[in-house]
Amino acid sequence: MMGHPYKFEVEKLDAYFGARKVLSNINMKIRDKAVTAIIGPSGCGKTTLLRCLNRMHEIIPGARVHGKVLFNGVNIYDDEIDPVTIRRKIGMVFQKPNPFPMMSIYDNVAIGLKLNGVRERKKLDSAVERALKMANLWDEVKNDLQRSGASLSGGQQQRLCIARALAVEPEAILMDEPCSALDPIATEKIESLIRNLAEEYAVIIVTHNMQQAARVSDFTAFLYLGELIEYGSTRELFENPKNPLTEKYITGRFG
Amino acid sequence: MRGSEMYHYRMRRLVDDLMRVLVWLALVVALIPLFSILGEVFSKGVPHLNVDVLISPMPTVGEQGGGIGNAIQGTLITIFLASIMGVPLGVLSGILLSEYGEFKLSSAVRFFNDVLSGFPSIVIGIFSYTVIVTSIGFSVMAAAFALAIIMVPIITRTTEEALKIVPLTVREAALALGIPRWKTLIYIVIRGAKRGIVTGILLAIARVAGESAPILITMGYWRWWFSGLNKPVANLALNIYLFAISPFDNWRNLAWVSALTLTAMILIINVFLRIFTKEKYI
Ligand SMILES: Nc1ncnc2c1ncn2[C@@H]1O[C@H](COP(=O)(O)OP(=O)(O)O)[C@@H](O)[C@H]1O
Ligand SMILES: [Mg+2]
Repeated sequence: MMGHPYKFEVEKLDAYFGARKVLSNINMKIRDKAVTAIIGPSGCGKTTLLRCLNRMHEIIPGARVHGKVLFNGVNIYDDEIDPVTIRRKIGMVFQKPNPFPMMSIYDNVAIGLKLNGVRERKKLDSAVERALKMANLWDEVKNDLQRSGASLSGGQQQRLCIARALAVEPEAILMDEPCSALDPIATEKIESLIRNLAEEYAVIIVTHNMQQAARVSDFTAFLYLGELIEYGSTRELFENPKNPLTEKYITGRFG
Repeated sequence: MRGSEMYHYRMRRLVDDLMRVLVWLALVVALIPLFSILGEVFSKGVPHLNVDVLISPMPTVGEQGGGIGNAIQGTLITIFLASIMGVPLGVLSGILLSEYGEFKLSSAVRFFNDVLSGFPSIVIGIFSYTVIVTSIGFSVMAAAFALAIIMVPIITRTTEEALKIVPLTVREAALALGIPRWKTLIYIVIRGAKRGIVTGILLAIARVAGESAPILITMGYWRWWFSGLNKPVANLALNIYLFAISPFDNWRNLAWVSALTLTAMILIINVFLRIFTKEKYI
């Protein structure tokens, strides 16, 4: 980590589904302990870019990547790198809340640790409590951790998924439109949570809601048709966009 | 309301009522045989039911009393043996079909499975006869083998369906936590589908518990207790057949008790099914 001011450095990244190229020549450096938003019209490749950062892209049959993604200065696409270890270090939160079925709240949060070999009850208990507290869910569920995760409301489920990702102590958090299935109040809770997380982690959030990007992020990347059109501080990008495409997009004239 | 609207409204009400009556009638017609069979089995079986009958072996010709104890034992052993063979094979094929889409023979396995589930059970009995009976003779092994073959396609299909219901996003969430694929499958996907899988297993057991045709062909006659896998055991379904056509009163009574016991066993399995499908985690 020392000597690497950036958590991620994406270099000449191309991504494909089969023969179809959906990301081309992406170059971007992503800071630690900050929120970076990826915006752009739907289908432009936001999700794909996010999934290239923790090697989730390749689990889809036929999906391929060219180029480099440095994480703490190490290329995660090097041959000797095990994707499973990479994914353990980089947490991910999905568009739709997806708690594990037939599993209690406690187990939903603890399972990542359990399956990575942590057996001690005390350790698990404190990890679960810590993760649920970080995800601002603890007070709502502490009295009934054995309830099914699926019985929570949508917003609570999404925070449960965030707690689940935090429990394995990742170094960065990727979020793919984490609020798109939630109501405004639940969205607000998640947004303030995102701000808190940025004190400890590199948080990268995909959103197609520009207000959200403006509210929560420090840096914003604008993606269009698989290309990175503009990337910089959020304030700069929204107040003073350099590329006419960016301006068109943020003023709502397309997409 | 105008006149024509009124007319249409009345017509709609009339048709609605008529359909309602028809549906209720259909329900009653469907339930009559069920309840008359249950009523018959209970009224003819219960008077002869007692502890002695449940724990004694079959009577010989002319012998008074006797029971169905050995047939209960035999039926349970047969089902158990069939499950040992059929459940793992069925569950594993279901997992293969659902989770390993890249497996080249998947469609062949699925096709074979569908064909198998459509086979008349007596044909499966004949198959077991040619494979097992001809080598080790009429035996509980041969009968259990036939029942296992009947169980496999049922379990395979329900397992496959149950696993497919677990959403892709759940699998992705597990992989994104750095959980390897095989652990994801065992601890998360199968766990999520566990209710459906167990339902399929219980359904298959309930199905074979009452099978008689393949038993008739593979088991052979046996009126003692279990005495080895290469020997037959007594069987409730077979008991019904053997006893019901006999000229002795006490044997015919035992046929009713056998029918009652078999019905009760299947009812119990179904109660388990209900309990299982109402588990706390949705
Ligand atoms: N599983 C897939 N198979 C094939 N093409 C896909 C798949 N997922 C996404 N795509 C295509 O890749 C492009 C980028 O998709 P995506 O990254 O999901 O965009 P966004 O998240 O910005 O809406 C789109 O054109 C989409 O149609
Ligand atoms: Mg997307």
